[in-house]
This record gives sequence, C-alpha cells and structure tokens, in this order.
Amino acid sequence: MANLLEITGRETLSQLDYVGSLNIQLWATLRGMRAALPLVGNRHRWRAAVHQMLDIGVHALPMVALMAMCSGFILAMQGASELRRFGALHFVIDLVAVGFTRELGPLLTAIAVSGRSGSAFAAEIGTMKVTEEIDALKVMAFEPVEFVLAPKYLAALVAVPCLSIVAAFFGIFAGGLFMFFSTHLGLLLYFRYVLTSIELRDVIAAMIKSVAFATIIAHVGCLEGLRVRGGPDAVGRSTTSAVVRSTFLVIVADAIFTTIFYFVGKT
Amino acid sequence: MSLISVRDLVVEYDGRRVLDGLNLDIEAGEITVLLGGSGSGKSTLLRQILGLERPKSGSISIKGTDITLCSPADLKAIRRSVGVAFQSAALFNSLSLEENVALTLREHTALAPSVIDLIVWLKLAVVGLADFGKLHPQELSGGMKKRAAVARALALDPEILVLDEPSAGLDPIVAAELDELIVFLKETFQITALVVTHEMHSAFRIADRIAMLFDGKLLAVGTKDEIRANQNPRVRQFLNRVPAKHTAALASYLERYVQGQEAKR
Repeated sequence: MANLLEITGRETLSQLDYVGSLNIQLWATLRGMRAALPLVGNRHRWRAAVHQMLDIGVHALPMVALMAMCSGFILAMQGASELRRFGALHFVIDLVAVGFTRELGPLLTAIAVSGRSGSAFAAEIGTMKVTEEIDALKVMAFEPVEFVLAPKYLAALVAVPCLSIVAAFFGIFAGGLFMFFSTHLGLLLYFRYVLTSIELRDVIAAMIKSVAFATIIAHVGCLEGLRVRGGPDAVGRSTTSAVVRSTFLVIVADAIFTTIFYFVGKT
Repeated sequence: MSLISVRDLVVEYDGRRVLDGLNLDIEAGEITVLLGGSGSGKSTLLRQILGLERPKSGSISIKGTDITLCSPADLKAIRRSVGVAFQSAALFNSLSLEENVALTLREHTALAPSVIDLIVWLKLAVVGLADFGKLHPQELSGGMKKRAAVARALALDPEILVLDEPSAGLDPIVAAELDELIVFLKETFQITALVVTHEMHSAFRIADRIAMLFDGKLLAVGTKDEIRANQNPRVRQFLNRVPAKHTAALASYLERYVQGQEAKR
C-alpha cells in the first residue's frame, strides 16, 4: 500500500516537474524569440527559422493534404450512410465543412507535424546534447535557447496554422468530390454551400487551436531533446517519447479548447 | 595574479563528492596539463572552469571575475576570450568546416565576410586543414575533427585555449602532431592553454606545469621535473603505470554493496 502511494507520489512529482520545465522553456523561448524575428532580430536566426518553416510546412504539404483528403472521404461517407436514411444528405456538406474547419484540419495537422517534426526536434537536439554541441554553443557564448529553440518555435508558429488551413481545404475538397460523385452536385455550388455554413468564429477557433498545438509540439520535442542524458539509445527513447507526449497533449488541449468554444459559442 | 584560479572547489553529484576542496592556479602564457585517471574528476573540473555547471561551494575566477557568481552577460564576455575544443570535437554537423570556424566570427564580430573568409582560411591552415573547409564533419577522420575543433576554438583569437583529451582515440602519429600544434600555438601566439589528458607521454611533451588529479583532489602540481621527482605513491603508480590493487577496489565495492543492502532494509 505504502509502495503504491510512493509510486503515485513520485509519478505525480515527475509529471509536475515536466510541466514546470515545459513552462520555463516556453517563457525562455518567448524571450529569445525576438532574435529570430526578421528585421529586428539576428538574420542568421531568421534564416534558420525560414529553413525550419520549409521543413515543417512545405515538406509536409503532400502528406498532410493526402491525409486530409482521405479523412474527408471517410467523414463524408460515414456521415452520408447515416444521413441518407433521413433524407438529409445535404447535411454532409455542413458536417464536412464545419468538422474540418473547427476540428479535423488543426488536429490532423498537429498529429502529422508531431510525427514528422516533433520527433525531428527531439532527435536533433538530443544528438546535439550527446555530442556536446549544446555545451559547445554555450562556451562559444551563444544562448542555446535563442540559437536552437527560438527559430524552431517561430517556424512552428507560422507553419502549423498554414498547414491547418491547407488540411481543412483538402478535407472539404474531398467532401466535394464525394458529393459530386454521389449526388452530381457541382463543385462550385458545393463550395458556395460550404462558405455559407462556415462562420468566421470557426476559423478563429481553428487558428487559436493550431497555435496552441504548434506550441505543444515544438516545446515537447525540444524539451525531450534537451533532457537526453547518456548515449545514442537515449536519443531514440526521447524521440519516441516526444511523439507520444506531444500527440497526447495535443488531444488533451483540443478537448479543453473545444469545451471552451462550445460554452462560449452557446451564449 | 594568475589567469585562472580555482579556490576550495567542491562539486557533488547526487551526494557523491567528485571534487573535494580543490585549489589550482593557471598562469598566463603557460601550458598547464591536467593529468589523472578515469573518474578522477578531470572532466568535472573542466566543466566547472567553463562555467557549464555550478559548484556546491568554492570559487573559480577567470581574469579576476568569479564565474560562479557573475551575471550571464559577464560570463558571455569571458567566454569570448576562451576557446574550447571538446573531447568529441563537438563540431556542428549541419555546418561545413568553414562555417563551423566562421560561426563565432560572424555572430560576435562585425567583420566583413571577406575578412572572415580569410581568417577562417588562416585558422584552418594553422591546423593543416586549409583544403578541407568545404567538407562536413561527418566526412572527416577522427584526427581531422579534433584539429578542426582546435581551429574553431582559435577563431576569436582567445587568450585561453582549453583542450579536453586532444589525443584520446588518435593514432600515435596524429597525436604527436597535435602535441606539436599545441606547443606551436603557445610559442607563436603566447596562448595560455589548459589541456586535460590521461596520456603521460603527451603531457610530458607539452606541459610547462602539470597538475595531477586523484579522487577529486590535487595530488601534485609542478613542473615536469618536479612531478618526475615526486615520491607520492599514487603519482609513482601513475608514472610507472602500475595497475591498481584490485583487492582494495573490491573491498570498497563490497562495503558499498553491503551498505546499500542495509539502506534498503
């Protein structure tokens, strides 16, 4: 019994420690972020940030688009098979449009980015830690937070919302294709229906969510990398844990945000 | 006044004392070699002197500034006058050799790119890598990486050069070349160097002063001749390459094991 309590206590403390470290790192990065901004900051950091944006955003485009298309088809077909029974097939349009703008666009993107880039951050920083590159940065009078973390976070803040918009577009487009083939509804008309069913509030909610997801993915990835102690096996473990933890936290954050927006939207 | 002075330094990891009240002075313009076996606390002392970790107590001053107490800005200023070559070279893998050497020059100075290119070429030429500037670290051999790390450490013309195990893992010829390089740097640039090593031969080749570390304490500090004449049994053991008495190590292991078992109960 005492053993159980001991384990619970230790686990709680370690989780609190993790969240605390995450917070400290977030604020430190925000302070160092000015250096990564264009014009006012250091041009080398900005260049690194652009490089990261390409890596997180542009290179992930085909994968995210394809994932969104598939999910769009799935959602439209699953919705249609039920709604058809009530003769309410046109509600599939609302389902897909609202579902993708509010929810699936940001969420799918977050999952794709955490798998591609969150793990890459952890692996890159973890390797730098193991090979003493982080120490080398420090003794060369650089701030690792500013040098390594700030460009990555800035890039994620830009790339993830952009990708979310792309994902939402492709998901809705897939829904349009489904409607075209099943009911011969023209694509132009479909998009006109879509625009009437989406509100500005949905788009803003989606942007807030994707900024939060970007923060979670970038910081969990970097923190896992910085916590690497020991050899190459630790890098592998940190990479796995970066993906698992960031995906988990993204879904928890999504639940919290959706709840907030649900209650805010009612009034 | 010595360039680096360490006073009563105590470092503990999880309650285990790694450095125990250590005092050390490093004089300007000299090569000081920190000699000691594995686990003697050499690397720990080095990390302390570089300000990468904070001690439990004691002070380390570099050029008169106590780095255990000073502000991050002061620490940065001091770090610009210290060049470090790490044991694993720690070159940035995403950058070419030239970019590795140019990094501090680009970011910490306002020099024109053409001047930086020239300095980088000179630094690489000093370590004999002038033709390899375009290569990335993973394309280099171990010895070349170590020399490249020295070139990077020299980039800002530091007053103090710190080398962690420069000859570890190198063949004797390359190791000897590196020793020559260190002596050359001292003679031409009047550089102060702190070299951490466990290789006797290399230590006696380059050192002006040798500090022998054992179990977190300094056993002996002195010139080569003073160390050779030292009669401390541990020093003799290290110099004559006598294996440690395993019985003593085993006994202390068993003692710790038994204590651990009792603590668990």
